[in-house]
Amino acid sequence: MCMIAVIGLLFILAVRGFGHFWPATIIEAVYYDIANENQPVPVLGQLVETKEVSLEQLQSAGMQIESVNGSQFMSRHLMKVGNRDITGQDFVWVLQDYLHNIEQPRELVVIERREWGNFYGRVEALKKEGDIVWQAQAGQAFDRLDNPLFEEQFSRVKTLIEAIDKIEKEDISSINHGLERLRLKERRLALDYGGPLPDNHVDVIEIKQMRIVFNKHYESLQKELARLYEAISRDTLIALTADGKKFEIPLAKIVHVFQPNAMSLPDKMAAYLYKLVEFLTDEPREANTEGGIFPAIFGTVMMVILMAVMVTPFGVVAAVYLHEYAKQGMVTRLIRVAVNNLAGVPSIVYGVFGLGFFVYFIGGNIDTLFFPEAKPAPTFGTPGMLWASLTLALLTLPVVIVATEEGLARIPRSIREGSLALGATKAETLWRIIIPMASPAMMTGLILAVARAAGEVAPLMLVGVVKLAPSLPIDGNYPFVHLDQKFMHLGFHIYDVGFQSPNVEAARPLVYATSLLLVAIIAILNFSAVVMRNHLREKYKSLES
Amino acid sequence: MTTAASSNATYLENYRRFRFFKDKVTTVSVTAGGLGIIVTLLLIFAYLLYEVLPLFQGASIESVSHYDLPLALSSDNTLLVAMEEQAEIAFRLTDKGDAVFWHARTGKLVSQQKLMLPADSHITSFAQSSAESRLFIVGLSSGQAVIAKHHYRISYPNDKRLITPEIQYPYGNTPIDISSGAEINSIAYRDGEESLTIAAMTGEQKLKLIRLQKEEDFLSEEMTLKKEEIDIHIPGAPIDYLGIDIDQRWLFMVENGTQLSAIDITGDAAAIVDTVSLPEASVKFNALSFLLGGISLLSADTSGLITQWFMVRDQDANWRLQSIRQFQQAAGERVILQSEQRRKGFISLHKDATLSLYHSTAQRELLTKKVSDKPISDMALSPRADALLLIDEQQAVSYWRVDNEHPDVSWQVLWQEVWYESYQKPEYIWQSSSSSNDFEPKFSLTPLAFGTLKAAFYTMLFAAPLAICGAIYTAYFMAGAMRRKVKPLIELMEALPTVILGFLAGIWLAPFIESSLSAVFALAFAIPLTIFLTGYLWHISPKKIHYLLPPGYEAALLIPSVLLVGWFCIEFNAELERVFFGGDMRSWITRDLGISFDQRNALVVGIAMGLAVIPTIFSITEDAIFSVPKHLSNASLALGASPWQTLVGVVLPTASPGIFSALMIGMGRAVGETMIVLMATGNTPIMDANIFEGLRSLSANIAVEVPEAAVDSTHFRVLYLSAFFLFLFTFIVNTIAEIVRQRLRRRYGSL
Repeated sequence: MCMIAVIGLLFILAVRGFGHFWPATIIEAVYYDIANENQPVPVLGQLVETKEVSLEQLQSAGMQIESVNGSQFMSRHLMKVGNRDITGQDFVWVLQDYLHNIEQPRELVVIERREWGNFYGRVEALKKEGDIVWQAQAGQAFDRLDNPLFEEQFSRVKTLIEAIDKIEKEDISSINHGLERLRLKERRLALDYGGPLPDNHVDVIEIKQMRIVFNKHYESLQKELARLYEAISRDTLIALTADGKKFEIPLAKIVHVFQPNAMSLPDKMAAYLYKLVEFLTDEPREANTEGGIFPAIFGTVMMVILMAVMVTPFGVVAAVYLHEYAKQGMVTRLIRVAVNNLAGVPSIVYGVFGLGFFVYFIGGNIDTLFFPEAKPAPTFGTPGMLWASLTLALLTLPVVIVATEEGLARIPRSIREGSLALGATKAETLWRIIIPMASPAMMTGLILAVARAAGEVAPLMLVGVVKLAPSLPIDGNYPFVHLDQKFMHLGFHIYDVGFQSPNVEAARPLVYATSLLLVAIIAILNFSAVVMRNHLREKYKSLES
Repeated sequence: MTTAASSNATYLENYRRFRFFKDKVTTVSVTAGGLGIIVTLLLIFAYLLYEVLPLFQGASIESVSHYDLPLALSSDNTLLVAMEEQAEIAFRLTDKGDAVFWHARTGKLVSQQKLMLPADSHITSFAQSSAESRLFIVGLSSGQAVIAKHHYRISYPNDKRLITPEIQYPYGNTPIDISSGAEINSIAYRDGEESLTIAAMTGEQKLKLIRLQKEEDFLSEEMTLKKEEIDIHIPGAPIDYLGIDIDQRWLFMVENGTQLSAIDITGDAAAIVDTVSLPEASVKFNALSFLLGGISLLSADTSGLITQWFMVRDQDANWRLQSIRQFQQAAGERVILQSEQRRKGFISLHKDATLSLYHSTAQRELLTKKVSDKPISDMALSPRADALLLIDEQQAVSYWRVDNEHPDVSWQVLWQEVWYESYQKPEYIWQSSSSSNDFEPKFSLTPLAFGTLKAAFYTMLFAAPLAICGAIYTAYFMAGAMRRKVKPLIELMEALPTVILGFLAGIWLAPFIESSLSAVFALAFAIPLTIFLTGYLWHISPKKIHYLLPPGYEAALLIPSVLLVGWFCIEFNAELERVFFGGDMRSWITRDLGISFDQRNALVVGIAMGLAVIPTIFSITEDAIFSVPKHLSNASLALGASPWQTLVGVVLPTASPGIFSALMIGMGRAVGETMIVLMATGNTPIMDANIFEGLRSLSANIAVEVPEAAVDSTHFRVLYLSAFFLFLFTFIVNTIAEIVRQRLRRRYGSL
């Protein structure tokens, strides 16, 4: 039973998650809408889901419909029709029996845009500086794969976008960072000085000069950006919607153009792979409902690694103390029971503790002591990466302690006594004999800790995860690793996009894919730890025998 | 040679010293580290307690300074004493119309102003309906009334805060004509967004009601007042008190000092709706005041009883003046009552200078203290309720600091039914915040605890039989090779993040259950039936087939049959619904059974959280059963018992403590689980055991509300308290489980 459930769940995840990236066929049809007094309405889009619905249910929902061929059921399709900026909705429900003239014309395109979601329709013309340079004609429709002009224009726009991205995300962000650091330095000096600094102070002059340099650089970048933005808006594309409305889309707003109906299987596979890579490596768009999830993957992995770095030494030291150094008795037994129990304390309690103790208490005090210049804006006194990984380290500490202690208990007494008898000190015995022999057990503890930490979301919601972090916790600006920053997390991403997003229906496939990825990451982390454990076990096998 | 040897010896000596030094360092650091970690773990407990404890502390006040009242004349009577927001400047209004502002701490005069009154008139009555608006009204001997406000302008010349007090007239400084000449003996008003109502008792024993509708001109944004007058005829008893509630619907009055009446003033004619009299003739009301928000009226009587009243509609839809809760203090003649301006707390000051702090919702008496030897005649509480000004009969002022952070939480608020304002009866309600300022926070943890236990109950209902039966089979009947495959799979299930389970439950399972409800119920019956049937068929099938499958692998046969039945049930869901429930089971439930149905309900939570809990229960149970000493079961089998008899008679009783502890630990997990409950329920804090309705658990409540709660506010601390309860609950449950398990281990050891 349980096995079926687990496999079934993973299966659902896999199907829904992987299916998302496949370029599905677009259909065009005429829909006799009941709500619209049977006026024929052209519809165009991809089928997402089909359901058998009983007539009564439809009638009770207020639809005036009759059975078409005596059946009590009707198929209802969920169609993704896109064009949210025109129609206001991405999805429509259509009844199979009212769809007529279903066709799959080759020239239909899906245009993934940076704003407003997908566009479905036909490409009518290409424009350059407002003049039409290519026009669709009868018998010669737009073909994405065989239109050198479009290819040239599109690749030009892509290079421009890359250039803009580089300036905005790297250069300007590093200037802003530098300016902020200068401001903080100035305040710090003023604080140390005990009042506003005199204008002829050495540091003040230096700060001023640097500020001028930064501002000059910024101005030149601004000019460059303005030039790029002008260049990028040169080319546009005229598209037709299903009901024949013309629509102009700047090429700069386009992410991809696909023509699924014209694609062969290898083409589709290439597109699939392309989208999968985009999903894994790109940044999110449109309130996380489109684009990639790279920052979330990065945040999750970095947080887990930080957590592992923190929890392993502490957990091992505690276990070694409990098992090797502490006098065994009532107290150690009590401690063991307590540690065991802490493993069962709800994670949200750790989250609450982390928020109150780490963030507000310790973080707040760190701010007052070390970062008075940044006040009242908190530096460490606000949820962030460091506190999140510390909280999780605390959460997983009992797991590591228990596992390591079990490993220590398995080492025969004779080995310890042998080492001591040969004149080794207790520290040497510990370091040379016991720790290596117990290392597989430590790895097991770490595996369990990592598996638990990667999937934990509830405490993170309190101590540092946000739905959209402006930058990664590691970047090119001094001090390169920003542990005080908030970060994105796959688990929270699932919760946020799946439940709090404005466009849940459109985001759902993405969430399935994210869930699948999270399971995969946990499996990979687990698996790599298992491999490491086996390797260590091999290495110290001779000792154990 | 010798030098070499000796150098070698010193080297060895040094090396040995270094080794021992290393040993010492390791010992010290490991001990320190180990103890540190353990202390850290204990710190969680201590920290939660530290956050929570201030909730249950009482209040304290301490005297800061004393001085003589500035510009005081013995012939003056004080009408009002107040302080501004920062408790820096104090204000006093006398019956001569003098407004005096001074520094509250030092008594240094700031300014003196005169209330603008028409010539040939003097103040005969005074009222303030809510201290937080700083508005007050004075009734005059000329039958007119003036509405004014003490106001504080804040400016920052030279980066220093400067507060300039002044008297403002929001309704203009022309007096409002009320009784055309007859002296006003008693007055009340209530100011609202749309209208201003004034009630006045004139010297001719006539009750006058004046309603001023505010009409704003759209272009000039100028406000004009439309006047409307009503005369109320009251049989000629002297009236001691008048008050109008926040909605300007009820006029409360006290007659003869003993009768409290509520008058409906909504229509054109006003009528007494309800009257309550004090039980004993000798007892009289001696102070009345509105609580923050203007809904509840507080009354103090000479027997020392303080009563909170508000209007409640009973079953017959009649309005009653309901006594909500009472506070007992020492009996006495003169009492001053004053409400806090930000919370539902109030102060009562007895004639013998005994001061008491109360909180109405929490029904708490926070402090009772004798503050002076001389009788106190007036007092003022600062808007933030952190400072207090007392003026005694010799016109000496004392300034007190009040420390009263969390008066609004008590055992009763958290766990018992509380009669909140505007509710028809006492209820359990969690409603921690609202957009309005004078909102009464409702911190009942009962619905949350109920939701937590409800979720845990349905989870265990789903998970316990599955996990235990699965564990029994795996540990006792299953072939070793298959067992080695099943166990890791179940453990993998344990690593499945709960956020994914919750997501699937909320997005996929909940709509699925809603649309194929009958299939789900059919499955609940069909699957056990299938299992028995498959077992029976296997039993009666010829022996030849049995040899095709190695022993211990029989369970694999169940997989296809269960899958088949599952598919069958879902496929024929629509038919089932049509035949039994008229097409739609969901609407059948709401229509015919009268049970409300939420899409994200306890059933969904039960299944999803069940999946999260099953691995825990399974692996502990499995361990317990597997580690039952083999010689016990072998002995039983050797004595001729069947494997089933051995299981029921020997193995299960021996392992039962282990199974119990598995259930306890599973229960602990179900109680603390956050993400699944958060995502798979509607998070509505209701008290209803209905499986088709949502719930809100303690943990989900923390996750939702902590990021929004102001740090160290009462709300924040109550959330910490609920975390503390969760911690305590799981800790106790786990400890019991752990002790049981250790006992069991010792017993196995002895066998």
